[in-house]
Amino acid sequence: MARRNPFRSEAEAFRLVLLTIAAFAAIAAATLLGGWAVGLAVAVVVTALGLWWYLRPLEEASEQQASTHASGEGERRILVIANETVAGEELREAIERAASGYQSRVLVVIPALNTKLRHWVSDEDGAREAAQGRLADSLAGLASAGIDARGEVGDADPVQSIADALRTFGADEVIISTHPEGRSNWLVKGVVDTARERFAVPITHVVVDLERESAA
Amino acid sequence: MEAHAAAAHAHDDHGHGEHPPAAHVSSRVDARVLGMLLFIGSEIMLFGSFFTAYFFVRVVNGYPWPPEGFHLPVFVAGVNTVILVTSSFTMHWALQSIKRGNRAGLKAGLVLTFLMGLTFLLTQILEYARVGFTPASNAFGTIFFSLTGLHGAHVFVGLSLLLFATIRSFRGHYSPEHHHGVELPGIYWHFVDVMWIVVYATIYIL
Repeated sequence: MARRNPFRSEAEAFRLVLLTIAAFAAIAAATLLGGWAVGLAVAVVVTALGLWWYLRPLEEASEQQASTHASGEGERRILVIANETVAGEELREAIERAASGYQSRVLVVIPALNTKLRHWVSDEDGAREAAQGRLADSLAGLASAGIDARGEVGDADPVQSIADALRTFGADEVIISTHPEGRSNWLVKGVVDTARERFAVPITHVVVDLERESAA
Repeated sequence: MEAHAAAAHAHDDHGHGEHPPAAHVSSRVDARVLGMLLFIGSEIMLFGSFFTAYFFVRVVNGYPWPPEGFHLPVFVAGVNTVILVTSSFTMHWALQSIKRGNRAGLKAGLVLTFLMGLTFLLTQILEYARVGFTPASNAFGTIFFSLTGLHGAHVFVGLSLLLFATIRSFRGHYSPEHHHGVELPGIYWHFVDVMWIVVYATIYIL
């Protein structure tokens, strides 16, 4: 989630100077007029306002991102976003359904999921390696089902990885695969809803119940 | 089903002239953001430790504050504050000038900023000589010189950066497209300015 950075640019830093001057002028004026208690109250209020201003999430652009590619007749590009569920039977069937009757291209993107700490220190090698392993298994599984697909490891944020892939792949349809509700972090975070709001591409949500598959 | 390896058509996929960063780049925190956050974090800890010491001494010492016999030159420091705050405006003017291709404005802005910063620092040194107490006088003297001296050290670093930027501007460097060498000292200078407002309000006014 993007937030304001008061030192992102000289102009932002200069704005911080102006805000600081205004804040301290207000505190000084309040102290002179009403005493130290009023000054303290104003200080608390302006500090809270300042923190709110800088910490609140910036509004994302409301315009939907469209696919960069217009497929020809009989051609279909399918973008698949999945993580642990990438080997699921339901997902494989969904890809087959989407690709059926078309000369199709399938791109499987596996987000390199990482811990927050490792993300912030840019230690993503392990996450990418794990994602690469899942991707290789997935592509082998799809190939055995007769689906020729290529794949890549994407951004840790699944919505961002869709945005990245749409710029280069230009999908006609996006398939997002998740665990069932209650076991899916992506559903808790509203990944599917966010993707539907953000991208002007049909989004298909596939629920893969790996526990049921392994029990069967 | 007809499906084929899309890898063979990779070139087709990069249409419409868009070249986003490779995924492994977008997976990482932007280096500039991370660097600035680490810098701000370290500065908050540095100044925070000095402010903590200041308020500890102040609370322990009790009323009156400053202690009997100690007088701070509030007016001179106030004038110095105005000078430093004004230098932020000239710094902003310098950068806006080069963004519009106005080289004279860039040079004038940088020179004025540097001179005002130097005036601030020299005035602070004079103030130290005339203030009537030393860091060895008592805890108040120690924390007064430590906090204002810490800020003075930041001003010195800022002046060094401004000097390099000023010299480069007179040598014909920077353009409306390339002015990173002015932008970064500008960010630092504004940070130093903000910190002084906090230091001045805390030590001289409160």
